[in-house]
Amino acid sequence: MSSILNNNWNNPRQREIKTAMANGAYASLKKVFNMQPVEVTEEVKKSGLRGRGGAGFLTGMKWGFIPKNSKKTVYLINNFDESEPGTFKDRAIVEKDPHRMLEGMIIAAYAIGARTAYIYIRGEYYRQWEILEKAIAEACREGFLGKNILRSGFDLDIYQHRGAGAYICGEETALLSSLEGGRGYPRIKPPFPAIEGAWRCPTIVNNVETLSNLPFIMNNGAAAYRKFGTEKSPGTKLISASGHVNKPGVYEVEMGLPVRTFVEEHLGGVWKGRKLKGVVPGGSSFQVLTAEETSKCCLDFESCAGCGTSLGSGGFYVMDETTCMVKMLQYTAKFYEHESCGQCTPCREGTGWVSQIVRRIEEGHGRQRDLDLLIDVSKNMVNGRTICVFADALALPVISYVTKFRAEFEEHIKLGRCSLQNG
Amino acid sequence: MNFTFTPENKKKFDEYVKRYPQKRAALLPALWLAQEQNGWISGEVMEYLAGLLEVTPAFVYETVTFYTMYNKKPIGKHHIQVCNSVCCWLRGSEQTVDYLKRKLGVNVGESTADGRFHLSTVECLGSCGSAPMMQIDNDYFENLDEEKIDQILNELNTE
Ligand SMILES: Cc1cc2nc3c(=O)[nH]c(=O)nc-3n(C[C@H](O)[C@H](O)[C@H](O)COP(=O)(O)O)c2cc1C
Ligand code: SF4
Ligand code: FES
Repeated sequence: MSSILNNNWNNPRQREIKTAMANGAYASLKKVFNMQPVEVTEEVKKSGLRGRGGAGFLTGMKWGFIPKNSKKTVYLINNFDESEPGTFKDRAIVEKDPHRMLEGMIIAAYAIGARTAYIYIRGEYYRQWEILEKAIAEACREGFLGKNILRSGFDLDIYQHRGAGAYICGEETALLSSLEGGRGYPRIKPPFPAIEGAWRCPTIVNNVETLSNLPFIMNNGAAAYRKFGTEKSPGTKLISASGHVNKPGVYEVEMGLPVRTFVEEHLGGVWKGRKLKGVVPGGSSFQVLTAEETSKCCLDFESCAGCGTSLGSGGFYVMDETTCMVKMLQYTAKFYEHESCGQCTPCREGTGWVSQIVRRIEEGHGRQRDLDLLIDVSKNMVNGRTICVFADALALPVISYVTKFRAEFEEHIKLGRCSLQNG
Repeated sequence: MNFTFTPENKKKFDEYVKRYPQKRAALLPALWLAQEQNGWISGEVMEYLAGLLEVTPAFVYETVTFYTMYNKKPIGKHHIQVCNSVCCWLRGSEQTVDYLKRKLGVNVGESTADGRFHLSTVECLGSCGSAPMMQIDNDYFENLDEEKIDQILNELNTE
């Protein structure tokens, strides 16, 4: 199967710029610099590329929101915070082919008129930070970064900014607060970052994988890109797969691949010969699918949305038949309780309550009315009652687990314990 | 004792400041640098950085306390952080945590008596496909089992 992102991942020297260049890295730049920035944006619009950071927003359209003829400095930010349970695909790009990502950043910066770009990298990714420091230095030495790149008159500097252990900093406005040296507090939108972002200047925040798609698009054109995937979700998607499967790992699949095919053919099926119980396809912030629902679901934005969940960031995890869903939800809630930034009451209190109630059920002290209470608390966390959608990111999973596996929760409460192996 | 950057680190710090249009943005990288030099972020470190970056010590304090990776007190020589988040749990991280507790003779959040190891549990480290896993200092150790843990700790003990 042909691919867009991972074709050189088996080459252990691909991190080195000479090898990467021999395999075509930075080749798109000549073409890009011969185009007007708006033409680059147009091409990306035509490709239908959608953000891979979770929301699936059209990349070219987002770039188009940068005010024309603004006197302010424009910034590009590459979001490499990657902290959502289940998601580890950006790390694969950086470890295996960092120059593809840097090339993508140069293309994006040229299109939006940024002369400075930052990579916001999660603090724990220390070795990946080293890889990128080296790659950036190499790209400078070869003249792909710095002043007057390839005599185009275009200048670009790329710096890394290390986070320090806070999931919320992946949310783009929290990221901006953290970039500016403060606590990672999200900000009310609007204004959107494209209008008022870093230091109140127009700013585009894009995900690592989103940016890494750009060299292919500029080399081969939007039409070639659209040959992959579906009409509304063109291209491929990196899926990081974990949980109860035989072959966890990062896979590049064409958008639209059926979930069942992915599990059976790519992941080698459910481990230990067990049956499938559930799948979260897009990361912990989205709804769980029952085994039955997975048979209708495909890996693209529309299909996942149609099944009441989201392709999100492609953090795909599988639960076998022995998995206790109460415990699964307890672990999910613990994460959000730990990571809430605490600015908004429904989120700060809600994540705490949910976590406490699920823990009490898990430990055998639950009451039947706790289930409705969980739904109630969750409903108070959604629909714009908070500054950012972090609160929704716990509420939606809670509602899905409790509704879809209600009988199991009820039994857990009645027995005061779990009746499954893995509980 | 007052904290100041070594001349070498001061040079790095000056480089960081140049990367941003506003001085205070260099606070996170400056804190990393200070932690590397000092092991943890003490009150003196915060006051020193506040002075360098022309912000109040309170601003520095707010930032430091928001992020989990800045040490607010000295910790053991090697920091063992076991992921005990959603996907690692699916592949047995609870047993990994239990084994480490027994092996080191400490609870989560404690250091060994000789000060060599500090044990923490953390949320997802972006390594879910190679669970169970832990981070020790700057390195990830993945696909753990008891034998592998023994070997890793032995190597750190004999270094
Ligand atoms: C709580 C929360 C955490 C997020 N974490 C990340 C992240 O780690 N990486 C990322 O690229 N986007 C993350 N996002 C999405 C970003 O806010 C933003 O939409 C994205 O970086 C835009 O890039 P894209 O358009 O290329 O997808 C997060 C959003 C929320 C609400
Ligand atoms: S919703 Fe939660 S994470 Fe987002 S700003 Fe409010 S308190 Fe912070
Ligand atoms: S859940 Fe442990 S690394 Fe992701």
